[in-house]
Amino acid sequence: MSETVSPVMFLILAFATIGGAVMMLSTRNVVHAAFWLLEIMVATAGLYLLLSAEFLALVQVLVYAGAVSVLVLFVIMLTLRRREDAIRPYEPSWAGTIIAALFLGALYMAITRFVPVIAEMPEKVPGVADFGREMFTTWMLPFEVASLVLLAALVGAVWWSKGGDGR
Amino acid sequence: MSPVLSAVLKFFAALGIMLVNGVVMIYMLRKVLGHLHIRLGPMHVGWKGTMQTLMDVLKLLTKEDVTPRAVDRWLFRIAPAVVFVPSLMAYAALPFSNTWRIVDLDTGLLYTFAVLSLVPIGILMAGWASANKWSLLGGMRAAAQQIAYEVPLLLSVLPVVLVAGTMNLGGIVEAQQGYWLGFIPGWFALNPLMWPTLLVFMIAGLVEINQTPFDMSEGESEIVAGFATEYSAMKFGLLFLSEFSNQFIMSALGVTLFFGGWTLPWIPAEMNHAFGPVIFIAKAYIGIAVMMWIRGTFPRVRIDQLMELGWKRLIPVSLVLIMLTGLFVKVVG
Repeated sequence: MSETVSPVMFLILAFATIGGAVMMLSTRNVVHAAFWLLEIMVATAGLYLLLSAEFLALVQVLVYAGAVSVLVLFVIMLTLRRREDAIRPYEPSWAGTIIAALFLGALYMAITRFVPVIAEMPEKVPGVADFGREMFTTWMLPFEVASLVLLAALVGAVWWSKGGDGR
Repeated sequence: MSPVLSAVLKFFAALGIMLVNGVVMIYMLRKVLGHLHIRLGPMHVGWKGTMQTLMDVLKLLTKEDVTPRAVDRWLFRIAPAVVFVPSLMAYAALPFSNTWRIVDLDTGLLYTFAVLSLVPIGILMAGWASANKWSLLGGMRAAAQQIAYEVPLLLSVLPVVLVAGTMNLGGIVEAQQGYWLGFIPGWFALNPLMWPTLLVFMIAGLVEINQTPFDMSEGESEIVAGFATEYSAMKFGLLFLSEFSNQFIMSALGVTLFFGGWTLPWIPAEMNHAFGPVIFIAKAYIGIAVMMWIRGTFPRVRIDQLMELGWKRLIPVSLVLIMLTGLFVKVVG
C-alpha cells in the first residue's frame, strides 16, 4: 500500500458514499432506500480499504453489506402488506425538523472543534494476525463486554418474540 | 509488466474462466444428470452433443430481452449485475497453484466469503424488482437461507483456520503438505477430527450457493423459476452464469480447505508446481460432479426444515467444533 491515499479513488468513493446517502434520504421508496443503504456500506468498505484496513473492510462487507442490509430488506419486505406501500408519502413535521437542526448543530460543533490526531505510522501495515493478537490480549476485556452486550440483546429478542411469558 | 496491464489481464483471465466454466458446466450438468437418470442427455449437436451448450449460448445472446411493464425498472436492470459481479470478484483469492493466483491475500478466506455474501442480495433485488409473487417468494427464500446459513458456513471453516494458523488460502494448502504415518496425505479431509467440520461446510456451502437439495429460491416445481421467472435472454444468462460460477468457487474452496488444493500426494514438489492449475481445476470439477450427483439423488427439502436445521442444529454444532478444535490445537500444538 502506498503511503498517500490515491485522491482519485478517494473522490470516487466519497462521492459514492455521500451521493448514496443523499439518494437514500431523498427516495420515497423504502425498498430503494434500503438498497442505497447497501451501496453506502459497500462504498464505506472501499474507504476502509484505501486506509489499508483490510480486515475492517472485509468485515464491513460481510456483516453490514452481506447480513445487516439483507435483514433490513427482509424486514421491509415482510412488513409491506402491498407492493404499493413501498412508496411512502412525504410527511414533514416540526419535531423532525427540530431534531435535524439539533443534529446539524452538534455535527457542526464536532467538525469545527476537531483536532486531527496524527499518530506515528508503523513500519509496515499490520496484518490480520497482528490485529487478532492485539484484540485478544490488550483489548480482551472490552471485546468480551461487547460480546456479552450482544448476547443479552439476542436473548432479549428471542424472549420478546416469544411473547414474554414463556409461551 | 506494468501493474495496470497485469491487473487488466488478470481480470480478463477470471472472466474467461467464468464464461468457459459456464459452458462446460451446462454440458456436464446435462450429461451427468442424464446418465444418473439412465438417459443419454444431448447427443445431436457435435460429437456426443458437445456443441449443444455453445448453440444455447448463441440462442441466449440473440433472444429478445423482454422487460415486463410492472417491473421496478432500475432494480430489474441492475440485479443481474449485482449477482454477476461478486461472483466474478470471488475468483481473485483462489490459489490455482503456488504462483498462479490473482492476488495473494492474507485474508483470502474471509474475502471470498464476504464477496459471495453479496450474491443473495442481487437475487433478492431480482425477486423484488420482478413484481411477481413467485419471484418475490424466491428472492425472500434466498435471503432467509443466506441469513440462516452464513453463520454456520463461516463457523465451519474456523477449525481449518485454527489448525492451519492462517486465513491465506495458499497458506492453508501449504499447511496440508506432508504425511501422517509416513504415507497418508496431510489433507484435512483425511483427518477424522475434521469430518464433522467438512460435513457442516458441505451442507452450509450447498445452501449458500442455492444448490439442490437446497435450491428453494428457484424451486421450479412450486414457484415457476423463483427469482428468475421474469428474466429473459442474456439477463437470465447472467443470473445462471453466476450460479454456475458460484458452484465452481464453492467447490474450489472445498478443495483448498480440505483436499490439498493444487497438490497431489506422493509426487515430487516440482511436478505439483508445474501442473498446479490443472490439478486444482480437475479437483474442483470432481467436487462439482459430486454436487451434481447430490442434485440427481436427493429431493428438495422444505424451507421450514432447512431453517430449523440451520439455526437449531448447525450453528451449535459448529460452535462446539470450534471449541474442540481450539482445545486440540492448544494441547497438541
